[in-house]
Amino acid sequence: MKFKIYRYNPETDTKPYVQDYELDNVETGTMLLAALLRIKDEQDQTLSFRRSCGEGVCGSDGMNINGTNGLACVTSLDSLKQPVEIKPLPGLPVIRDLIIDMEQFYKQYRAVKPYLIVNDPMPEVELQQTPEQREQLDGLYECVLCACCSTSCPSFWWNPDKFLGPAALLQASRFIEDSRDQAFEERLADLEGPFKLFRCHTIMNCVNVCPKGLNPTKAIGRIKNKMVTRSL
Amino acid sequence: MSEIERRQFDTLIIGAGGGGLRASLQLAEADLSVAVVSKVFPTRSHTVAAQGGMNAALANVGPDNWHWHMFDTVKGSDYLGDQDAIEYMCRTAPKAVYELEHFGVPFSRLDNGKIYQRAFGGQSQNFGGDQAARTCAAADRTGHAILHSLYQQNIRAKTHFFDEYFAVDLLQGEDGQVLGALVFNILDGKIVVIEAKTTLLATGGAGQIFKTTTNALINTGDGMGMAMRAGIPLQDMEFFQFHPTGIAGRGMLITEGARGEGGYLVNADGERLMERYAPKAKDLASRDVVSRAIAIEVREGRGCGPNKDHVMLKLDHLGEDVIQKRLPGIRQTCITFLGIDPAEAPIPVFPTAHYTMGGIPTNRHGQVVVPVKDTPEEPVAGLYAAGECACVSVHGANRLGGNSLLDILVFGRAAANHIIEYLKENRYHRGIDNAVIDEVVEKVRRYDQPGSGNETVAGLRDELKQVMEEHCSVFRNKEILKQGVDKVEQLAERMKDVSIDDHSHTFNTAKVEAFELENLVAVALATIHSASAREESRGAHSRTDFTERDDISWMRHSLYSFENGLDYKPVRTKPMSVESFPPKPRVY
Repeated sequence: MKFKIYRYNPETDTKPYVQDYELDNVETGTMLLAALLRIKDEQDQTLSFRRSCGEGVCGSDGMNINGTNGLACVTSLDSLKQPVEIKPLPGLPVIRDLIIDMEQFYKQYRAVKPYLIVNDPMPEVELQQTPEQREQLDGLYECVLCACCSTSCPSFWWNPDKFLGPAALLQASRFIEDSRDQAFEERLADLEGPFKLFRCHTIMNCVNVCPKGLNPTKAIGRIKNKMVTRSL
Repeated sequence: MSEIERRQFDTLIIGAGGGGLRASLQLAEADLSVAVVSKVFPTRSHTVAAQGGMNAALANVGPDNWHWHMFDTVKGSDYLGDQDAIEYMCRTAPKAVYELEHFGVPFSRLDNGKIYQRAFGGQSQNFGGDQAARTCAAADRTGHAILHSLYQQNIRAKTHFFDEYFAVDLLQGEDGQVLGALVFNILDGKIVVIEAKTTLLATGGAGQIFKTTTNALINTGDGMGMAMRAGIPLQDMEFFQFHPTGIAGRGMLITEGARGEGGYLVNADGERLMERYAPKAKDLASRDVVSRAIAIEVREGRGCGPNKDHVMLKLDHLGEDVIQKRLPGIRQTCITFLGIDPAEAPIPVFPTAHYTMGGIPTNRHGQVVVPVKDTPEEPVAGLYAAGECACVSVHGANRLGGNSLLDILVFGRAAANHIIEYLKENRYHRGIDNAVIDEVVEKVRRYDQPGSGNETVAGLRDELKQVMEEHCSVFRNKEILKQGVDKVEQLAERMKDVSIDDHSHTFNTAKVEAFELENLVAVALATIHSASAREESRGAHSRTDFTERDDISWMRHSLYSFENGLDYKPVRTKPMSVESFPPKPRVY
């Protein structure tokens, strides 16, 4: 099985290059992460990438695989055309090889106040929430912060500092939709203006790449609807 | 070594999983300066992978109280758990859950608006009666929901994070007091000395000592290794939990909640096998019991598949609605890794290394305790541990499902509360001797140049994992363990010949893996030595040559250290306020 992998180490390379690797005896059903680990262990210790849980829950190993963003650990090699071309997630600075600097992505996440805000005194037991109210959070809370969506979004590429991007907006929606949260007005007000939310042009790359099957475009639509209702 | 950056904090927390983040939140809210060092971005920590839920006797579904939870936990521990710590944990559990809910955790809900609770293994009403439903769940993504909510609350509280920094070693004063740690920034290799009045280890478990494991690649027992190198023994390391339902041959976890929701195990004859091993609790017997049952079925030729090497977990009778609503995560995992939809076909499963019951010995305040002369539990000044890297011990010889999320939250919080009190009396940094720092710096710089040794990290690591899988698995005996001890000792000896090919300062993951291997080897040594010495069967430690529990000789905690080898200390059988639960035969 053949791989073409983006390489760059700022200490030794003036510019990035592509390195070829080949693996023998790749069993069917092998995930891309397993192949990368084999390359690192057997052929080239310097190949650098992030990884942890190996089952699509921690969000560490987002990368661009044959032109599409995804998590290496849940991408089966069976589905990939050879040679498999692997690059870092696009749109953010590369630190080394497949490792990108995610600070801008995290900054936008923090900017939406991604935490429950309750102003009333807390009861001594749980806050009540009906199963129907809780269902509103399905499809929103499961995000693993892998950045596959935001780094596939042209609006985020152009304005990563001004447009919050699909991941952060999905989080914003997660708290706007939470029946327990008491900062509804403030959250909507914070998203006003031409950039933060409204730079989304419903290109829907985010939906196509999300390894958890989430739909940030729909979440953004839900926020827009709430803003319209509020302004009436 | 004047060029080395020094930072000062009231508290240094190493590890940003649920234990570390619960503690950091408590400390940040008490206006203390807290640094959280983590080798990965916090939400990548392995708490994120916990599925089924967290135990607390909320009684939202049926009658329940903390005392029943305590009984189940003591029994589940096979009477090796410390009953004061267990009482504290079970009493505190409801409060810990309500706090999380207030932090925003999106728990699943009952029709009356309360938190959803499901049945889990080893849970009973009324001290061994009917099945209880005590596990608070957010579908089958409870760990994810908790870890993300805790991280989010830490953003609000403005906790100071050192993301993607690797902690190498603790820094100590002459009297053994812990004064902080030496860490390096993985991004650029820069070494930083973090001076702290108190240090909390919250580095999680060490499942990576085994070849097949549910654990993430980052679970390399770093805090346990650091503690051992600081002269602190590890406690009860022979007790390693094998989860009954890892995906056969692959290791991905299928939550016990799958059986809690009504799933069950079948063998090659289509027989519901647990009815023979645990007539009453059946598939919801304790994990050690179910794992042994599966291993016996396979050994006796009733395994499934062409190699008869696993059994099947059947869920399809639950219906797609229940599976999608309560178990969506494991459904996706099965489809991704097996091409099997559990709503239509059973899942091949086999016991898989899952949880480190042992760890750094602590008391119920999270203080690390070591034997000093005649005192078995003398606190190490300035050092705390919580969560899977610690051994409080609430899990004893076998942890109940749903008690690990509980453990990290209760004892992360308890450690923080004790730290707050400790800092009132200990207000100044002590200063760290340069020689102590230089020694660790030298160790870090070893990998900056090509080495002469011809051992590779991957090579030794693969061998270690294979040895532990073959010699320290579900069933053990003297001969197998003895061979295992020799092999791990030899691997430890070969560590000095490790060299790496990557000498870059920029995000050098090869260097990180080299330090992780050092920790894995330390943990494996403690595990196999402790297992080899314990001549009885208790909880997860099953000896085919000593098949019975021996309360007269072995109702005691193991301690293994580099300096003194094996030592033992008594179990704390006296709870805080209630009567002790004396050891009884364990039947499910």
